[in-house]
Amino acid sequence: MEISLTVNGEKHTVDVPPNTLLVYLLREVLNLTGTHIGCDTSSCGACTVIMNGKAVKSCTVFAFQADGAEIITVEGLAKNGELHPVQEGFMEKHGLQCGFCTPGMLVLAYELVNTEEDLSEEKLRKALKGNLCRCTGYQKIVEAIQYAKEKV
Amino acid sequence: MIPATFECYRPKTVDEALSLISQYKDEAKVLAGGQSLIPMMKLRFARYPVIIDIGGLDELRFIKEEDGKIKIGALTKHREVEKSELISSKIPVLSYCASEIADIQVRNMGTIGGSLAHADPSADFPPVMLVLEADVVAKSQNGERTISVKDLFVSVFETSLKEDELLTEVQIPIPDNNMKFGYKKFPHPATGFAVVNCAVGLKMNGNTVEDIRVAFGGMTTSPYRDYELEEKLKGKELNDSLIEEVSDSIGEGKDIISDYYADADYRKHVAKTFFKRLANELRGS
Repeated sequence: MEISLTVNGEKHTVDVPPNTLLVYLLREVLNLTGTHIGCDTSSCGACTVIMNGKAVKSCTVFAFQADGAEIITVEGLAKNGELHPVQEGFMEKHGLQCGFCTPGMLVLAYELVNTEEDLSEEKLRKALKGNLCRCTGYQKIVEAIQYAKEKV
Repeated sequence: MIPATFECYRPKTVDEALSLISQYKDEAKVLAGGQSLIPMMKLRFARYPVIIDIGGLDELRFIKEEDGKIKIGALTKHREVEKSELISSKIPVLSYCASEIADIQVRNMGTIGGSLAHADPSADFPPVMLVLEADVVAKSQNGERTISVKDLFVSVFETSLKEDELLTEVQIPIPDNNMKFGYKKFPHPATGFAVVNCAVGLKMNGNTVEDIRVAFGGMTTSPYRDYELEEKLKGKELNDSLIEEVSDSIGEGKDIISDYYADADYRKHVAKTFFKRLANELRGS
């Protein structure tokens, strides 16, 4: 089926089978491999992208559900060579070790710093429930997002 | 993982959706947010020849107050329920319950109508809807009817919706100010689903129970109101020994689920503990 969507500001019209998941459209059709597939069962959050301003798990969204949507992936966070504050925060506060979960963490953080007023440690820990870091680097991730919130 | 292939329809109006549903009946599955359905399709627990994606039915996205009720369109996302000022001011337990569902990403896609129609015995909303005595509106080409939530859940993933009906709206009577509500769940750490969850509504008159509503999820194949327990408390003076005494009957005579998350005895223990804690919190001691 034919669907049109905007990804990181660029319009795309693609023809994909109905059972195509958004993450496969991004990675394999549009070659945006920054969005990761981790658990593939909606638990780990590595595949998180922004769809119409909201963080969603792209392994659990059909591509056709994104028809007409504006998508932002991790590749779309930096603008004109300048890192987004969440990326800067993860760099400054060492918010990653192996880096596998990082794209999902960054994208969720993007929604959080843009929409949430209170990013206390307690609130952030709850907000990060859907993003797993198996290096268990949560303390640094919390600090990175709080750093970014100050800058936004 | 890729779901089995299917034919996909994307109606733009409720009427169009109802016509597709009545045409394809049980060959078709309705897709709302997909946060339960898509994982089941990916794991191949479920496959359907036809998917009817109702995500484009903007007329089913609303939260409003009307006739003493809060009315929520079936496609309202959990995150919208959680963040709604109208809901948090009139029915705070519902905002809290919504905020406990899965994680932000799932709440940004998952819908209230989808969750109720999916009838997962461990879902968050059912016990809270049971104590709030909510109704759902079911529409078909032959008209519409209202179903009380207590008559909605039939078994695991099974509701009393007919094969040509679409759940379009949830209606929740705004509760009496003097009735206090609470919700607790014990989530499985990996899935986030409730091993057991419990909702209680309690209205006190001094030390006496004027009215009480208690519901459990995760215990049996369908979430249920414990009317027997409620009757044992109505009109009685509420004290520690009475709470302890009545809680002993929780789960008795029921076919309690035993699985690799928890056996039946453990589930009963958690249910009793939640009921006791909620009764104590809500009576204000």
